Amino acid sequence: MSRLLPLVAKAATSRRGGRTLVGPVDLRIDGPGITVLIGPNGAGKTSLLNLLHGTARLSGGRIDWACPIDEARHAQAFVFQRPVMLRRSVVDNIAYPLRIRGVPRREALSRAETAAAQVGLAGMLNRDAPRLSGGEQQKLALARALIIAPDVLFLDEPCASLDGRAMREIEQILIQARASGRRLILSTHDMGQARRLGDDVLFLLRGRLHDSGPAAEFFARPRTSRARAFLQGDIVE
Amino acid sequence: MVDIWNGVSQAFWLMVTLDSALVEISLRSLRVTFTALLIASCIALPLAAFLAVRRFRWRRGIIALLNALMGLPPVVVGLVLYVILSRSGPLGVLGLLFTPTAMIIAQTVIIVPLIASVAHQSIRELWAEYHDLLISMNVTEGQKIRTLLWDSRRALLTAALAGFGRAIGEVGAIMIVGGNIDHATRVLTTAIALETGKGDFGLALALGFVLIGLAVAVNLSIHWLGRTERGDRW
Ligand SMILES: Nc1ncnc2c1ncn2[C@@H]1O[C@H](COP(=O)(O)OP(=O)(O)OP(=O)(O)O)[C@@H](O)[C@H]1O
Ligand SMILES: [Mg+2]
Repeated sequence: MSRLLPLVAKAATSRRGGRTLVGPVDLRIDGPGITVLIGPNGAGKTSLLNLLHGTARLSGGRIDWACPIDEARHAQAFVFQRPVMLRRSVVDNIAYPLRIRGVPRREALSRAETAAAQVGLAGMLNRDAPRLSGGEQQKLALARALIIAPDVLFLDEPCASLDGRAMREIEQILIQARASGRRLILSTHDMGQARRLGDDVLFLLRGRLHDSGPAAEFFARPRTSRARAFLQGDIVE
Repeated sequence: MVDIWNGVSQAFWLMVTLDSALVEISLRSLRVTFTALLIASCIALPLAAFLAVRRFRWRRGIIALLNALMGLPPVVVGLVLYVILSRSGPLGVLGLLFTPTAMIIAQTVIIVPLIASVAHQSIRELWAEYHDLLISMNVTEGQKIRTLLWDSRRALLTAALAGFGRAIGEVGAIMIVGGNIDHATRVLTTAIALETGKGDFGLALALGFVLIGLAVAVNLSIHWLGRTERGDRW
């Protein structure tokens, strides 16, 4: 099914200018499902996602996919904490990853229309993407990531600027994506969302993987005092 | 004062009657400058994008050089090209001196740094904006450059316009390498210089009006093209 997984990280570390942003981290992710990545601000969630995705340089340790890295890079997508809009129309933005992969323009556009409709952007296909609202941009970014049917999808706080209804719609799409066999790795500050979506949990604290495991267990019986405190909404440092 | 009024009225009549010499010179001007602009854009725009996305050792040096070359005195460009193209020069065998081709080369040399510098500025800004997304999508170098060029096309059009303005109004270099030969290499600017020298203000003024008119018309039409393509500005 998924050619990419398992993803195995061994002592993976990211450093910038002498500072360790995240790591060393050991983890193994396999099969479809949703991994939620939680932790306080500055814990290194974004850094870890970038490291796993390959957009940040590995300063130590290793990260291995089940297939060669070039292949792996093409079967992943990333939704940023702050979405990047190409200075094009909505439909052209969503079609872009397909165009990059050589899909003919007409086919790419018609698939992009379908994808736009799935995230509720059907009415604004020809609007300029940079002029969409924050929430609409977030939805566009999601549609653009999903259009290549990635085996692994990284999402960095995908619902940070969405209202309740939009969040429910997005979560529905994410659940659908999981059902079609994808692995989602998603960071969030919303513990409700983490509980609703998570199959596995990675709890980051100051760049280290403080605790991890199946979500049900983690939320019901956190093993460490810090994890317990974090789930209760206390300030954890 | 009388001279000027005579000149203005003569200019008016030359234009409304589509004087054949005037038309010939104007068309040659346009042909030379548009060709130079086309060639210069084909060199400068990809170069600008390349300089924006690629980190290599000489990058900063090349950018600084381009900026410096923007202020290149056209007369010096003409002189150097003259030496290169003259019969005893390295490219003398091509026999290009005193032909429109030599003038095209001169204008191209003059506007490539200008177009590249202006274009580089805006492409670099766009690249900063797109960087994370395009890296994440694992696009090839070529796709990266094409995406940046396409999405900054408005700014590139402005860069090209600046190049057009500089090229069409340039006189020093093309006078030297073109020679201002009647029916061969005489263009608007060199003709103005000649007629002014002869004291024929009427023709000189008419040519001047046409020159201004052309520059304005080209600017307006390109601006208008950019406007209609998409409802608003970037
Ligand atoms: N390029 C960089 N250079 C230096 N430090 C960085 C860089 N990127 C991130 N950091 C630092 O690394 C730490 C981890 O940042 P990161 O963005 O991964 O945190 P995060 O868990 O995603 O936080 P948030 O919840 O606020 O998004 C922070 O202290 C941040 O300031
Ligand atoms: Mg973050």
